[in-house]
Parts: sequence; structure tokens; C-alpha cells
Amino acid sequence: MSGEAGAPADGSGEIREISYFQAIFEAHQEEMARDERVVLIGEDISLYTRAGLLDGSLEGRVFSAPIAENGFSGMGVGAALTGLRPVVDLTIASFIYLAMDAIVNQAAKIRYMTGGQASVPIVFRASMWHEGSNAAHHSDRPYPMLMNAPGLKIAVPATPADVKGILKAAIRDDDPVVVFEDNSLWFKSGPVPAGDHLTPFGVAEVRRKGSDVTLVAIGGTQGVALEAAEQLAGQGVSLEVIDPRTLVPLDHETILASVARTGRLVIVDPANRTNGAAAEIAAIAAEYAFDQLRWPIVRVTTPDVPIPFSPAMEQPLYPSVADIVEAVRKLQ
Amino acid sequence: MTDALRIEMYRRIVRIRLFEESVKKQLAAGRIPGSVHLSIGHEGAVAGACLALNDGDQIVGNHRSHGHPIAKGAQLGGLMAELMGKRTGVCKGKGGSMHLADHSVGVIGESGIVGGGIPLATGAGLSARVLGNGCVCLCFFGDGASSEGSFHESLNLAAIWKLPVVYFCENNLYGATTPARDVLAVEDIAVRAVGYGIPGEIVDGQDVEAVYRVTKEAVERARCGNGPSLIEAKTYRYGEHAEGLIIPVAYRDTAEVERWKQRDPVEIQRRRLVEAGVLSDERADEIGDEIAGEVERAVAFALESDLPDASAAFDDVYGRPVAGEER
Repeated sequence: MSGEAGAPADGSGEIREISYFQAIFEAHQEEMARDERVVLIGEDISLYTRAGLLDGSLEGRVFSAPIAENGFSGMGVGAALTGLRPVVDLTIASFIYLAMDAIVNQAAKIRYMTGGQASVPIVFRASMWHEGSNAAHHSDRPYPMLMNAPGLKIAVPATPADVKGILKAAIRDDDPVVVFEDNSLWFKSGPVPAGDHLTPFGVAEVRRKGSDVTLVAIGGTQGVALEAAEQLAGQGVSLEVIDPRTLVPLDHETILASVARTGRLVIVDPANRTNGAAAEIAAIAAEYAFDQLRWPIVRVTTPDVPIPFSPAMEQPLYPSVADIVEAVRKLQ
Repeated sequence: MTDALRIEMYRRIVRIRLFEESVKKQLAAGRIPGSVHLSIGHEGAVAGACLALNDGDQIVGNHRSHGHPIAKGAQLGGLMAELMGKRTGVCKGKGGSMHLADHSVGVIGESGIVGGGIPLATGAGLSARVLGNGCVCLCFFGDGASSEGSFHESLNLAAIWKLPVVYFCENNLYGATTPARDVLAVEDIAVRAVGYGIPGEIVDGQDVEAVYRVTKEAVERARCGNGPSLIEAKTYRYGEHAEGLIIPVAYRDTAEVERWKQRDPVEIQRRRLVEAGVLSDERADEIGDEIAGEVERAVAFALESDLPDASAAFDDVYGRPVAGEER
């Protein structure tokens, strides 16, 4: 088990620089080759094998579906109940609302409602296409809604190594997992171990060690978080940057241990502010680390507005380096 | 159709009927929490359809969920205990009346969300196709669900991939209190099959043998790789949408209810078997007595079973406990 980006999991894996996008397909390819029960279901995915993203021999397990998100997501749930391990590609995260019954009422609850008679080993992939002038129907970051649905596991991988490791671990998990990719990361590269690299769930990664402020950054905000940490280091402020990697389960220990040392907590979350992942992490810190906190918790989030089309309006909404620097300065 | 099969049809119809009559009594006696959606009136449709399957085949059902597992061969004790919210219930007290899924007999889902189970059945068909295990999935739903998107999406999905699924509509003419004729653009739900290029058949849901024959044909077709079918059984529920539901105004004629009761699935099959000399009246009565005994034992088992510990509410949320989940 290795969560370390760049650390070979099986001791023999060479480390390559590959993109987040390539890492996604390596995970699919390897898991489909390893386990014949793994099938892919989604829109426009027949091109996966035709474009060589997946081996042509896997074609019979790639179901390029009509545009029927609830139907094919529920079909995936039924397939998971009866012996397959489906990966349902919902394409863009905003489309998840069309499949809410399949995901929230069925996938999340079936193990529970049947008293443990059944399990639902299914993975839903949803890519968050914000920051691209796609307007409000294609730009949501809806993971907080699903964090409120017990029975689901929620992952927000931020590096090529983690997206590969999380997808592979999710496919092997016996519970439903929703993996929220950040589309802006798709073509960014990073070190990824070859071979069987698995990222454990509920284990945060400390992306940068520090002693003055704990900065929990969700998903694709790692970039701005690390840049802000670098800037502030030049001003003598040491930030510890933590990437939770999975939001359900959430690694309370790593976050609370860091807060115990720093006494200051800033959370950066690309989701909307109200009831976001940042709100949950803030609540956990307030409940369990109140005595260690020396300053009020600060959230840096996207405000509660639908995403507008024009870049002039859209870009300033998301957490930026300047927003984080300003938030940290408030704590001085 | 062998005599043994025809008698088994009768047994299953009677088993559903007597179980449901007992459920009504247990509810009135305050032994069942919540409300119950009874299958009384639907027995012929449900039993005829399930008997057209092999033991290894699967079914998916809906909120009117009691008849489905019984028709598929489930033991009654775990079902009655589930209705009473006991730890020995088939779902350990987590499901209740609308969700009597018994995986041991292939009942893989009973969805309380109207139409929610239809894609699941489609997925069981996908598994059968990919795994090549020869299974067929029978999907029960009502007239109301045939207006859900999940129904239309599923029929299209199953048709394009020729999945071994039989979509079986128990059309009891009312969605809660709304007459189906007021909310369906077509008179017969079966014609909706045309839009998906699959067979659509109408059958008399009160005639278990007719239902068996039509379903058997669809099941064979599915098993041979020729794809899904839609069957519409015209049936009727004798009671209210849910037992105990107080409905302030009449939404159906008493005469209509009485007319349907004249074509009772239990009586139709009994009379047919007696007239054909397959069953004597005495033997038919004995079967009734045997099943009444089964139901009594199920009730006794449920009554003497313990309630779950309150802490069991935290079990089975995930396969392995998730750190930080419980507080």
C-alpha cells in the first residue's frame, strides 16, 4: 500500500511521467485485463478501443450507451448486484443529477436495505469541467451533495498517480465509489508507478510539510494551494498542505494532528460554499480540535452562484493563490 | 404444462393470499409498523410469471413487494419477521413492507421508488450476457412506472443489446388513486413495446396459466439471446393502495371492485383444476390448510423473534466500516 506519489507499490514498478488522462486509461486497461467482470458503461465510449486508449480485445466489455444516464447508471447497479464490477462513466459531473435515483436511492442503499444480503461494487466516474467557459450546465463540482448520501464513497484525486491508484482501488472495492476527476488536470503530467499501484481510501497525503498553518486543499486546488504555500514561505509563513484524496472516508487523523500542531486551519474547496466539503472539515475541526485552534477556521471556496459563461465573471469565482494568501494573512 | 406445475401454481397463489390476509390482521393488531402494500388480487399475475423462471433466474420488483418473493419460492418466516421489523427478517429489519428482497431465491431488488428497479433488472440482464450464465431477469413494475423515464430508458437499453430481461407490468388500473386511463396516452401499456422494437403482449392477469404461458415464451426468447419482451398483465388490487391509508373520496366504483372479485385468481385456478380432475375439492382444501399452517408458523417465528439492537442501524452501511463514519 503506497499513497506516496512516485513510490512504486510493488517494489518493481518503474516511475514514468504520464498525464492524469493516461493514468485513467491505464487503470481501466489494467483492471479490465485483470478481472473479466469489469465492464465499462457510458456515452461515447466506443472510441476508447477504437482510439487505442484501451486494448481492442476489451471491446466486448465496453458498452457505449444511449444518452440515458439514469437508465444506464441503474443498469450498472443491477449488473453490480449480479456479478459484474461496472465502471459507469457519467462524462461530466453535472450530468450526475440525471442519475441521482440510481446512485443515491439504489447504489448507496441496497447493501443496507437488504440487511447486507447484497453488495454493489460499482464505480461512477464524473469529470468536473469548471474553469472552461462551459456555463452552469457543465461546470458543477457536486461531490458535497453525495457526501451527504451514506453508503457512497467519494474520491477527488488530484494527481496522475492518485487518479490511477484510486480508480484501481475503487474497482476492487465492494461498495459504490464516485470518483470526481478535475478536467483541468487531465493533461497535466506527474510521476506514476507502473504496475499495481493502489491508493488507499481514507488516507490523506501531506503535499507539503509546514508548521504555522494547516491548509486542506480539495481535489484540483492542490496547484493554487502549493503555489500559495511557496509564496508565503518567502514571507516566513510555513503552510502544511494536506490533500484528503477521499472525502468519504475522510482522514480525520491527519487533519486533526496537523491542526493540533499549527492551531490554524484554512480549507480550500472548489465546490460551492454552503454545506461544502470545506464546511464539513471545518465542523470536524471545530468539534474535535477546538482546544487546539488558536484562530477561527477560514474557508476559501467558490461562492454560492451558478457558474457563469464569460471568463470575466467565471475565473474570479474559484479559489486563487491570492485568495489563499489573503485568508492566511487574516490569521496572523 | 404438467399437473404438478398447475397444482404448484395454485399453491403459490394461495400462499400469497393467505400470507397477505394474515399481514392485514397483524397490521390491525399493531404488530407491523408503517403501512403495507398488499398483493391481494395480483396473485395470478405474480405467481404465473415467477413459475416461468428457473430457480437460478432473478426477479426485481417494486413497493408492492410481498407477492414477488413468495411467488419465487421464498420461505415465509423471514418475510413476516421483516414486516414486523425483527432482526430475523430477510433484510434484518432494514427493508420492511416495500422492500422484501430475498437474494437466496434470486429476488435481487424491491424498489420503493416507482420505476427505480427497472434499470436494475436491465443490469441483471447485462450480467447474464457478459457472464454467459444463461440467467433471465423478470422485472415487475406497475402501470404508474411505465410513465417513468427509467422504464423507457431500460427498454431501449435492453433492446439494443438484446439483454435477457422480461419486463412485466402488473397493470392494476390505478396509480394510488389516479386512474391509469387518465395519465396514460395509450390504452394498453403493451403497445409501448413497439417504440423499442420488442414484442409486447397483453395477458389476463387473473388467469395464472395464461400468464405462465405468455411469460414462458418471453423467458425462452430472452434465454436464447433474442432479447427482451414487455408483458402487460391486466389485474386489480382488491384493497387500497396501502393498507390503512385513509382515502377521503371514492376513486373507484364498488361495483368495479366487486366485478373484479368475481374473477378471483385463486378461485379461477381452483375451479379449473377441480373441473379438469387434477385436484379434488378435498385436496384443494388440504392445500389451503397446509399453507395456513405455514403462515401460522411464519407469524409465530416472527412474533418470537427479537427486535434488532438500536446499534444495528450502523451495520451494513459499507462492506467494511469506514473510519470516521460513526458518531
